[in-house]
Amino acid sequence: MNFLSEYTYYIGAFSLIIIGLYIILVKKNLMKVIIGFSIFDTGIYLFLIAVGYLREGTAPVFSKPGLDAGKMVDPVPQALVLTAIVIGVAVLALAVILAIKIYAHYGTLNLRKIKEQRW
Amino acid sequence: MRKLISIILLGMVATGLFMSISQIPFGEPGERIGDHFINQGVNETGATNIVAAVVVSYRGFDTLGEVSVLFTAAMGLGAVIGLVRRKKTHTPIEPASLIVYTGCRFLFPVILLVGTYIVIHGHLTPGGGFQGGAVIASAFLLMYLGCRGKRIRENLSRGLESLGGLLFILLGVTGLVIGRDFLFSFLPEGEAGNLISAGIIPLIYMAVGLKVGSELTGIIDHLIEDTDELPE
Repeated sequence: MNFLSEYTYYIGAFSLIIIGLYIILVKKNLMKVIIGFSIFDTGIYLFLIAVGYLREGTAPVFSKPGLDAGKMVDPVPQALVLTAIVIGVAVLALAVILAIKIYAHYGTLNLRKIKEQRW
Repeated sequence: MRKLISIILLGMVATGLFMSISQIPFGEPGERIGDHFINQGVNETGATNIVAAVVVSYRGFDTLGEVSVLFTAAMGLGAVIGLVRRKKTHTPIEPASLIVYTGCRFLFPVILLVGTYIVIHGHLTPGGGFQGGAVIASAFLLMYLGCRGKRIRENLSRGLESLGGLLFILLGVTGLVIGRDFLFSFLPEGEAGNLISAGIIPLIYMAVGLKVGSELTGIIDHLIEDTDELPE
């Protein structure tokens, strides 16, 4: 029980990554695969932020005087994730538009029925 | 059979992930690369928001690369849409109700104002070009949803996007021209905490905000244009 409350963020990130991978591997519908990619992304963001976390830490912003620099969380993963989120949205839009084009071309989103997509 | 293989594979990945994640201590203070940025960041860059200092100053070149990834994704999207131009079917767009229409028109400038504030104060408070750009794009998304039929001018958004990217590179090259490094902060740092301070960080964040905002708006415009044209 102690483990659960101590490592909530890691468990959440781990579960999101595994759920996302499961959806990518098993689901037949292309839209669901894209949703799986998005969940996988979210798990990675949560994991990176959790690695930089400091217990009872504050945001790394000196917005008012008297903030303790030793109590601030790591700014590097936050900087990585903040750009990654915006790029994730753009890549997701690209994936969705490709799915729309595949539907317009083959008339189906079922990956088992598209010959070139089967594995 | 296929499902079984997938689950066995997933189990192996999960075991590996669990074994590596469980070794990382959570929330414990220790040796961090961020400590230098936290302790010296305000002196070295003049920005009170250390995340902004890391994104624009310490990792400025990486950010330029990430912005170009964004640009490539948006360009690829435009290219894929332009690949197969279906003939336009003028399906009448059902207008939103008066309440939704008026509410969207009322909220639009307010959201734009908040987005611009987040971009301009990126070096002082939480926020910056990426976040503010996303907020600005959300204002345009609201307009697209609430006031169907209104369109942005495509050339204008493309021009603003190019302007943002050009500004970023020009600011970087200026450092080379005056004989220092790429993205060298050639402006005075000023007093930390003032709006006009931190050298070129606010300028670069404005360029990034312009670029991200117009880029995401362009993506929304492309997607809505495509769905409007889908045959019944």
